[in-house]
Amino acid sequence: MSPETPSLSPYRQREQSITLSTLEEPGTTPAGDRTEELLTLNFGPHHPATHGVLRLLVTLQGEIVRDLKPIIGYVHTGIEKTAEEKSYWKVIPVVERMDYLSYYFNAMAYVGAVEALVEVEIPKRAQYLRVIHLELNRIASHLIWLGTGALDLGAVSIFLYCLREREKILDLFEMSSGARMHTRYFQVGGVIEDIPTGFASKLREFIKVMPERADEYGAILNSNEIVLQRLRNTGIVPVETLLGLGVTGPLLRAAGNPWDLRKADPYSSYDDFEFKIPVGEVGDNYDRFACRLAEIYESVKILEQALDGLPEGPHMTEDRKIALPPRHELATSMEALIHHFKLVTEGFRVPPGEIYYPIESPRGELGCFVRSDGSSKPARVHMRDPSFVNLQALAPMAKGSYIADMIAATAMLDPILGGIDR
Amino acid sequence: MPDATGLELLAQDLGDAALETVYFRDRATLVVDPAQIRQVLGTLRGKGFGFLASLHGVDYYPEEPRLGVIYEMLDMSSVDRITVKLRVPVDAPVLDSVTEEWPTANHQEREVYDMFGVVFRGHPDLRRILMPEDYEGHPQRRDFPVGGEPVIFTRDEAKWLEARQ
Amino acid sequence: MDIKREPLGPAVDPKNLRVRSLNAHQLLRGGELEGANQPAHLDGEELERYVQERVLTTTLDSAVAWARSNSFFPLAFGLACCAMEQFQTAGPRMDIARFGFEAFRASPRQADLIILAGRVSIKMAPVIRRLYDQMLEPKWAISMGACCSSMGVFNNYALVPADKFMPIDVHVPGCPPRPEALMHGVLKLRDLVQNDPDAGWRERYDAVGTEERP
Repeated sequence: MSPETPSLSPYRQREQSITLSTLEEPGTTPAGDRTEELLTLNFGPHHPATHGVLRLLVTLQGEIVRDLKPIIGYVHTGIEKTAEEKSYWKVIPVVERMDYLSYYFNAMAYVGAVEALVEVEIPKRAQYLRVIHLELNRIASHLIWLGTGALDLGAVSIFLYCLREREKILDLFEMSSGARMHTRYFQVGGVIEDIPTGFASKLREFIKVMPERADEYGAILNSNEIVLQRLRNTGIVPVETLLGLGVTGPLLRAAGNPWDLRKADPYSSYDDFEFKIPVGEVGDNYDRFACRLAEIYESVKILEQALDGLPEGPHMTEDRKIALPPRHELATSMEALIHHFKLVTEGFRVPPGEIYYPIESPRGELGCFVRSDGSSKPARVHMRDPSFVNLQALAPMAKGSYIADMIAATAMLDPILGGIDR
Repeated sequence: MPDATGLELLAQDLGDAALETVYFRDRATLVVDPAQIRQVLGTLRGKGFGFLASLHGVDYYPEEPRLGVIYEMLDMSSVDRITVKLRVPVDAPVLDSVTEEWPTANHQEREVYDMFGVVFRGHPDLRRILMPEDYEGHPQRRDFPVGGEPVIFTRDEAKWLEARQ
Repeated sequence: MDIKREPLGPAVDPKNLRVRSLNAHQLLRGGELEGANQPAHLDGEELERYVQERVLTTTLDSAVAWARSNSFFPLAFGLACCAMEQFQTAGPRMDIARFGFEAFRASPRQADLIILAGRVSIKMAPVIRRLYDQMLEPKWAISMGACCSSMGVFNNYALVPADKFMPIDVHVPGCPPRPEALMHGVLKLRDLVQNDPDAGWRERYDAVGTEERP
């Protein structure tokens, strides 16, 4: 306003002399060459968008991510070490708490490994019941993924809708085993209890309702311009890179590789069911989203077939050296009493050997390595967690794109820190 | 899984790198020489096993050599799995890293280092991944106590402090 | 006809709120009371002191405590499996918004309730302590689940029970606790804040000096 008069304070004079050409930035040469500085930012363990306690060290150039380093270990629980101290049966609740959204899958991988070591035959009814619970858990896991993923993208109401559906699934789990999460329903040799009356009808209601709800969620998100803009053509990684990084599950399928252990190497009677594998084309975040959404429909199909074809029979193996005898036998049979006593106090012994048992969890290949040295406690339990390996794919997904794309990539990656850190 | 004969042929192809073959519960395992792990994996890749599914460690306490590292290989086109096992002694737990050809080994080797103490030569960034960076000890070893440090009850505190001195 | 007369009931209960308010009203305005209890007629300075001591201060404290207790802003902080049940508590069935606590803040500066949902590992403990220190007074902490209250299922080298590094007001047991259980814990905290807001928690937990210094 006023011309430069000597009555102006030095501050004012300096202020008026500043123009864009004389802007000095930190880290630049005083001659005025505008170079940019890379900023390393910490997306700390506590962050609303990191799906648990994932810490990302992000090196930014402006808003573009140049480098990404995940730092994990903030929920490391020492599950594998704890599992070495417990008898085989008692390891199941410990191992279940690893990947805390897909608890039945953790139990299935471990129980499958032990059953392969012990060479016990699982009755058909138990296998079908396992499939029912596994697919219900897959839907529940995808619902939380959808809810939190949409929450990260800004679509807040989907979160509440998904929680509503998940309540129905948790009701079903409560009916069959008594607990909503971490149910210890899968045991070595079968399942711990047969499903009660009323489970089948409630499951049928759910089967009828779930595809309609999934349609709703798809419709809401697919017509949301912001979600589409954020997901389409972001986070593209070529299939070879993903295979090199060991990525499996919906991430790999979204990139075009139809690898699914339920079809490739069926376990627990999955080959009795007809279902399709959703596969993406481009491999961007939108394909990952669409794949997982489509998997919900496929899981509902499997549920329906499993429920229709549920065979009669025992829900647990008859081998008394492994499975607890039914309680009414304890009053009449001495052998049953001895078996019960031995199983509860010491646990069953597993012949020495090592085995790796992989299954298809909602996030990819979940494998369980069990080494047994002949005693009643495992000598090593290692869970090959899919999120741990998939996390390595976050760096190629996010490099070169904006922070917002990195957030979308983390959401579509579906990391579960409990599994990553074990 | 390659059946028993297929496994023997594979072992012959590997020559002196393969120390032992184990066929257990319909699953094939090759025990190999630790110094040649990269060549072994390269040969397996040539045979179609192009996916490293899992890399993990085992502590075979008290048998020597104590620390084992296990590589689970997967052949996606013919749905075949094979396990490659090797053993390193605990006083010289050095091994070649396979991260260059198999990028998936990055985090997994760091975990084996963190939990067992196996040092991978050539790993781009070998530091602890699950425990805090300055943690001492390798938790998954069999002689590491489950509780980490012993619980000091108030009544034992004096004794414990004395023992530390 | 036999007419029997009986008294209506017990005499007027002096603890009855209506009676007390009438008494107070008449105390302040002067006048005579009916009934047995006639407190001494206060005047002037004594009356002022009576009023100051009883009426104004207490009401403000409890009004503030009521406001605080009915509008916790939980910190959006989930660690492990208990976080899933925390989501369900905020979900449609067991709706935490009924009680006014649906505003989960992301920043610790804007939150006053931290619900530790999940297992606290040794790497995470200093981070949580820092978050807790960054929260502004008054603040409360709920330890949800067995893993942070004690060590839960896992008794090993990697976990720390939350009591070791920060003061906790309410422990909610369960693995994971049902949404109803978490709700019960939060409501217990609400009662705590309403009825006994200054429980001297700093002295109780020996946390004097843990306020963040400028």
